[in-house]
Amino acid sequence: METIFYTYQDFYTHTKGVSYLLMIAALIGIALFWNFLTGKDDEKKKKP
Amino acid sequence: MSISRRKFLGWIGAAGIGSTVGKSALASGNKHFEGYPGSFGVLHDISRCVGCRSCEAACNKVNDLPVPDKAFTDISVLDEKRRTTSKAYTVVNRYDVAGKKEPVFRKNQCNHCLEPACASVCFVRAFKKTPTGAVTYDPNVCVGCRYCMIACPFEIPAYEYNKALEPRVMKCTMCYPRISKGQLPGCVEACPVEALTFGKREDLLMIARERIRKYPDRYINHIYGETEMGGTNWLYISGVAFSDIGMREDLGVTPAPELTSGALAAVPVVAGLWPVLLMGIYAISKRKESISQQEIEDAVRAVSDKADSELAQALAKARKEQEAAVRKEVRKALEEAARSRDKEDI
Amino acid sequence: MSDKAANDAKTWFTPFNVISGTIIIIGIVITILRFTRGLGAVTNLSDNNPWGIWIGFDLLVGVALAAGGYVTSAAVYIFGMKKYHSAVRPAVLTGFLGYALVVVALNYDVGIPWRLPYPFIYQGTTSFLFEVAACVALYLTVLFLEFMPAPLEWLGLKKVRELAVKLTMVLTVLGVIISTLHQSSLGAIFLIAPSKLHPLWYSPYLPTFFFISSIIAGLSMVIFESTLSHHYFADKMDEVHIKENEGVTLGFGKAASLVLAGYFMIKIIGIAGGNNWNLLGTSYGLWFLVELLGFVALPSFLYAVGVRNKDLTLIKWTAVWTVLGVVINRLNVSLIAFNWQLPSSQRYFPSWMEIAISVFVVTVGIVVFRFIVTRMPVFYEHPDYKDKH
Repeated sequence: METIFYTYQDFYTHTKGVSYLLMIAALIGIALFWNFLTGKDDEKKKKP
Repeated sequence: MSISRRKFLGWIGAAGIGSTVGKSALASGNKHFEGYPGSFGVLHDISRCVGCRSCEAACNKVNDLPVPDKAFTDISVLDEKRRTTSKAYTVVNRYDVAGKKEPVFRKNQCNHCLEPACASVCFVRAFKKTPTGAVTYDPNVCVGCRYCMIACPFEIPAYEYNKALEPRVMKCTMCYPRISKGQLPGCVEACPVEALTFGKREDLLMIARERIRKYPDRYINHIYGETEMGGTNWLYISGVAFSDIGMREDLGVTPAPELTSGALAAVPVVAGLWPVLLMGIYAISKRKESISQQEIEDAVRAVSDKADSELAQALAKARKEQEAAVRKEVRKALEEAARSRDKEDI
Repeated sequence: MSDKAANDAKTWFTPFNVISGTIIIIGIVITILRFTRGLGAVTNLSDNNPWGIWIGFDLLVGVALAAGGYVTSAAVYIFGMKKYHSAVRPAVLTGFLGYALVVVALNYDVGIPWRLPYPFIYQGTTSFLFEVAACVALYLTVLFLEFMPAPLEWLGLKKVRELAVKLTMVLTVLGVIISTLHQSSLGAIFLIAPSKLHPLWYSPYLPTFFFISSIIAGLSMVIFESTLSHHYFADKMDEVHIKENEGVTLGFGKAASLVLAGYFMIKIIGIAGGNNWNLLGTSYGLWFLVELLGFVALPSFLYAVGVRNKDLTLIKWTAVWTVLGVVINRLNVSLIAFNWQLPSSQRYFPSWMEIAISVFVVTVGIVVFRFIVTRMPVFYEHPDYKDKH
């Protein structure tokens, strides 16, 4: 990061913003991953 | 009953005093910690140090430390950077700083932090921050785990690795026994150029500020140890940048205990909440089990009830058919009998 | 030499016995050196590097890999997953031996081992090491009691054994609480040294990282240990044990995959919290990515593929890889990323004697494990106590 933070508040605002975005990505990601992990059973069930 | 006026006034007085005493006893205590008032420290004026190592020699003598390999008058040892060791509570190092004709010398030893990391991490309380300001070490309880050496941001404590029985952690004591008696620490007394000044920390800070104010070209405008790691009792002023003379400027101002107090606070919460969580999960999984058990039993019963009723229906039907068959046979027999009677009559 | 004596000699000198015997003899010699001549005579420890592999490996890795005990007990007794029941005793045994050996290793590492009980007297409660000491002592007791039914069945002590089994639920809950505390505390001990641990590994979340990765280590170690046991001790196993093994491998693989995914997420969030993205481009950053991508993200994915395809072999190899990853993480935090700023001439590398003692301690553990499983009902249910769990 090129930007210098002059206050802790500014630093925290930046890092917390990034963290929230990561949290959303993580939640979506874990849902998709769960699907992948338990995938074969469901796919098998769907087969006629 | 009647009370004397004296007694009454006595009671009121006691109640008044009691309420003030009681108030402070119930008060929540301070949340801002400023260290022991009037504690002592040492101000090291790095710009005055000439690297004579008299302080090292004095420390060695005062603390009965072993004779070193090279004599204290041997300044060739300054060719290498040294750290404190199990035989040397303090060392002087020489720094060749860019832009300076003369080398700069600095004395290194325990900084006697206001909130020492070593005391924070010692699990047998071997280290103590005393009201004098000195951070002392009790070798009689030390287990030798060396966590203090991991914790110290200034890399000060050393260990007697070569002792098989009762090795000790070794570090500067600020000559605690001497200063308790009103004497100066050995190094301060020995310094020939007054690069070391002993006094109350608050006084040393004022002296340092005054020196910097009076001679702004001679000093960097910063007192090292004023805020580093929450503040130390050993203070430094210097003519060159502290990072050029082996002093870390990236330690921050957070006192060591505060680095772990947050996580430590979580420990009792785990102990308090985990049982609830785990027993709750257990109860839920047990309930799920008993529900599925119940469902199995219900299903079995439903099937067996259905089977029973089907069986009953089949039995009833069979009986009806049997009765019908019997009645049919009886009618046939009766008709037979009637026909044969009719035959006989003719 | 008579035929019987010759045969006995042949059966005693198996390759395993010869190798482990040699290691043990070397270990005993070094032990004598350590206690007669001090740490300096045997280790490469220094004033700048006070902790070496006896802490970084024997303590940190040892405790992490012994986590299978609490994880498996919790799965079976708290979460009610009865199909993993056969995995409980081997996991508890591995856990108990793991912690016992940690205590053995500590006796080598601390300068004055006979003062090891001192924290319980002087109680430096601001120290996370106090927390670790208290928890390890408590947990050893819990594991010992949890394992008690097995030797009691072996000895035929029915009444005592019944009492021991009644304690299972309480011990399991206690075990999870104590394990949460000390697994996380081992990470927390590094919170005090932000100036010495590389910023990619230093985080206020260190306790959480260590706790979550201990679950991962425990799950993987159960798969790893059962794979080895089914190979070397198959003749000691009953039908239930052999039948349940596939379920254990698949189930624990699935759990490990998920927890690794979660761990991956929080490690990334840890970087965000410190705003340390630019450090990923440095050489330490590259090594951090190897640990994060190669030993967290990759096994998470491989476990998932193995579970999806019911590929037991893939799951088993992933378990080995994951265990290696936990070892690397613990060594990173304590030895490799620790003191990263020191010049390489002042960095630490273990002496051969330190390595020999670590190998010796692990060997003793394996020998004792073998002694116990070949005699006590660990891999099978004692006929007198079938279904009485």
